[in-house]
Amino acid sequence: MKRLIIILLAITSLSSCSKKGENSNTTEATFTIYNFEELKPVLEPKDDATYIVNFWATWCKPCIEELPIFQEIHDEYSSKNVKVILVSLDFPEKIETQLKPFIAEYELTPRVILLNDPHENEWIPKIDPEWSGALPATLIYTKNKRAFYEQSFTKEALLEELKKFTKL
Amino acid sequence: MKYLKLSLFVLIVVTAFAFTVNHTSKNSTSNSYKIGDIAKDFLLKNIDEKMVSMADYKDAKGFILIFTCNTCPYSVANEDRIIALDKKYKDKGYPVIAINPNNPKTQPGDSFELMQQRAKDKGFTFPYLLDEGQHVYPTYGATKTPHVFILQKETEGLKVKYIGAIDDSSRNPATVKVKYVENAVDALLAAKSVEITETRAIGCSIKT
Repeated sequence: MKRLIIILLAITSLSSCSKKGENSNTTEATFTIYNFEELKPVLEPKDDATYIVNFWATWCKPCIEELPIFQEIHDEYSSKNVKVILVSLDFPEKIETQLKPFIAEYELTPRVILLNDPHENEWIPKIDPEWSGALPATLIYTKNKRAFYEQSFTKEALLEELKKFTKL
Repeated sequence: MKYLKLSLFVLIVVTAFAFTVNHTSKNSTSNSYKIGDIAKDFLLKNIDEKMVSMADYKDAKGFILIFTCNTCPYSVANEDRIIALDKKYKDKGYPVIAINPNNPKTQPGDSFELMQQRAKDKGFTFPYLLDEGQHVYPTYGATKTPHVFILQKETEGLKVKYIGAIDDSSRNPATVKVKYVENAVDALLAAKSVEITETRAIGCSIKT
């Protein structure tokens, strides 16, 4: 088992090395680790921005499929005060082997938070009472409006929803 | 090289894993069993190729029925806890029966052969059945892996006594505060009513 971990780490570091070699601009994968109490303020209205919070995990295939859409929205609408936050539900023991390499490979630039809080029965209903906990799921909110979506998005569908919150 | 192959396999299994919301599971939620309903028996193939139904267990007082699979990280995180439940409650009359509800065509890591392999590697002490044709999980209204249904044998049939998660810390056994399933079975064994009868099952959506 120890050897397996070492090999996994070796693979990870090898791939990140080669990545750096190809692209000198690649920065280290940055993200913060929060429990639910720490995450809570992130999900609450605070200013005039429109927030899109996407709940995802590297092991969730439909999440990975829609992730580029959230990156594009971040790239195209940051100037319109739209803020994208990616909340990962990866297991804490997969940070090194899964999450870090993924953030680097996809060159994710929105803010990434790893929610490390094992008591799902407490925090899932606090995010939305209707949420079964399935991924992907997305929260959109402004000062005046809030909606939760337990579904995958196409870019068109996401923009359609976003227009209900802010002028694009 | 052997380790490299193994680690690649682990990586593939982990990354190939998918988590989807689907209409079947959403629809089945409304038809799902509620506490006090009489659960239907099934006849499904076990990893030892034998067909298993709950009617085979003449001496059982009830069952800890768990929909689970090979590939979901939450299922994997709960394997040792499921084995412990079976060891603790089998002799007391509440054996574990595990059912893999996923479609192996959608989720190749949950094929019958890989179920056999996983059960052998982990030393499962309970039947691990494949829901071939995926008829059983919708009847129960299971939506996740792992998703637990505790049934008690009564005169009218197998009555649903608890639906939900194994405990309050699905991903990490070290941070468990409340053991929902143990508390429920302990209550049933003591002829008391179950205090917490329903919790949110935390895990992966069933793959159709």
